[in-house]
Amino acid sequence: MNRFVYLDHSATTPVDQKVLEAMLPFFSMDFGNPNSLHTWGRKARQAVDQARDEVSRLINAEPSEIIFTGGGSEADNIAIKGVAFAKKDKGRHIITSAIEHHAVLDTCKWLEKEGFDITILPVDEYGTIRPEELRKAIRPDTILVTIHFANNEIGTVQPIEQLGNICREQGVLFHTDAVQAAGHISIDVKKLPIDLMTMAAHKMYGPKGVGALYIKKGVKIVPLIHGGGQERGLRSGTENTAGIVGFGKAAALASDRLAKDETEKERNLRDRLIDGILEKIEDAMLTGHRTERLPFHASFCFRYIEGESLLLRLDALGIGASSGSACTSGSLEPSHVLLAIGLPHEIAHGSLRLTLGKDTSEEDIDYVLENLPKVVESLRAMSPYGKRG
Amino acid sequence: MYTEKLMQLFMNPKNVGRIEDADGIGEVGNPVCGDVMKIYLKIEDDRIVDVKFETFGCAAAIATSSMVTELVKGKTIEEALKVSNKDVAEALGGLPPQKVHCSLLAEEGIKAAVDDYLAKKDKTKREASETRQCAKA
Ligand SMILES: Cc1ncc(COP(=O)(O)O)c(C=O)c1O
Ligand code: FES
Repeated sequence: MNRFVYLDHSATTPVDQKVLEAMLPFFSMDFGNPNSLHTWGRKARQAVDQARDEVSRLINAEPSEIIFTGGGSEADNIAIKGVAFAKKDKGRHIITSAIEHHAVLDTCKWLEKEGFDITILPVDEYGTIRPEELRKAIRPDTILVTIHFANNEIGTVQPIEQLGNICREQGVLFHTDAVQAAGHISIDVKKLPIDLMTMAAHKMYGPKGVGALYIKKGVKIVPLIHGGGQERGLRSGTENTAGIVGFGKAAALASDRLAKDETEKERNLRDRLIDGILEKIEDAMLTGHRTERLPFHASFCFRYIEGESLLLRLDALGIGASSGSACTSGSLEPSHVLLAIGLPHEIAHGSLRLTLGKDTSEEDIDYVLENLPKVVESLRAMSPYGKRG
Repeated sequence: MYTEKLMQLFMNPKNVGRIEDADGIGEVGNPVCGDVMKIYLKIEDDRIVDVKFETFGCAAAIATSSMVTELVKGKTIEEALKVSNKDVAEALGGLPPQKVHCSLLAEEGIKAAVDDYLAKKDKTKREASETRQCAKA
């Protein structure tokens, strides 16, 4: 029983071997500063340029529309604060949703303290933002709408096209945090009405601490980090060459997988996992949307048990999972996402997220389907509420 | 973040379950994070002869439940009431700060069960004396 099944790819993914190989030369051998004019520098510059091409191709953007950042959170901050500061004389109203990542929500809340006005849109029971709610919320002084592409906790994919179209009609900029979606769902920014989009390498088999912000040509933002003027002056600082090269390679590999429809395999395994769990375990519910969800994402609530004990018991069996239960959060509050979709505290308590990866196998899923019901049962046997045999 | 001792007890907790003819039952809820612990006591001559628990909560809650049942088993109710959440945490080799409230649940669970026992005992005593009085009359 020495199987290790990592099912927490929404938290982070392993760096692909090919990505690692692409990165390695840029630490000691081709270590030059991309801003230097000599051979060493030019080599690094070329590598950064190539990575920018690869990342832009993943979403059908122009290379000049991509800036590299120090991760997803940073890209979210640059987008939201960058637009807010650039447009503050036009208006100070920003719209977001109740189930955004904290990198977005807390940025908006901080701006609120700085004198901006924030509207937080509610979501339905599946975590979907209703386009009509957005339409109602837009005002003459609205400068930005920031709504994520897909949710990290419950996997729901938003009706991005409809939401973006409303923003276009109203002349409001639309930012989407696509950290969970990019590399896993085909995204074409030429077809979708998106003005700014956040991505992170480590959710698509690239390294941590590297992200990118797509900024549509013509969209003006104010930089947060001033200095040497790198990344078109929007993110100063010597480029993280190796990390950026890794992101480029990861994006290129993700483009290949999407072109070959390889996510279909992941989707099928995910469906087997969801169906198997709902069939084998009583009083279990899927959280998020059943079909409009990330292809690798499964998330549940099990009644009468608590998520932290569930995930630690699974960990002891070699299964890596996560939970949004109150006991797993530093604040001892259930996740804001689970509450926003209307789950009562005691049900949110039993939340479990299982997120598959490109290398997850049939056997891995079998192993989880064999062991998870036993773990749930053993914890329920301990619970004052559980069904007893 | 958890000690090995705590993880051991979490994986293999002692005294899980219920006592059908318990003399005292205490159910306490954790207002902080929403967990619930239920303690069952079997008491003879004011001494805890058996104790079981059911817990809906985190690993720390389960391990502290298990530990507190072990600490009070065999003790008189007076001694049991002196077992504090600190004792439980110490016996587990310490708790992470954000998990200290879970050990409070353990302390309160025992107190609630003992209270329940004392209240029941009081009631039976009163009922007994009432029946005696009736018989006299
Ligand atoms: C939706 C979403 N946005 C933003 C982030 C933050 O990305 P990073 O950890 O790269 O800063 C995450 C990562 O967990 C995420 O899932
Ligand atoms: S019981 Fe919730 S944190 Fe321990």
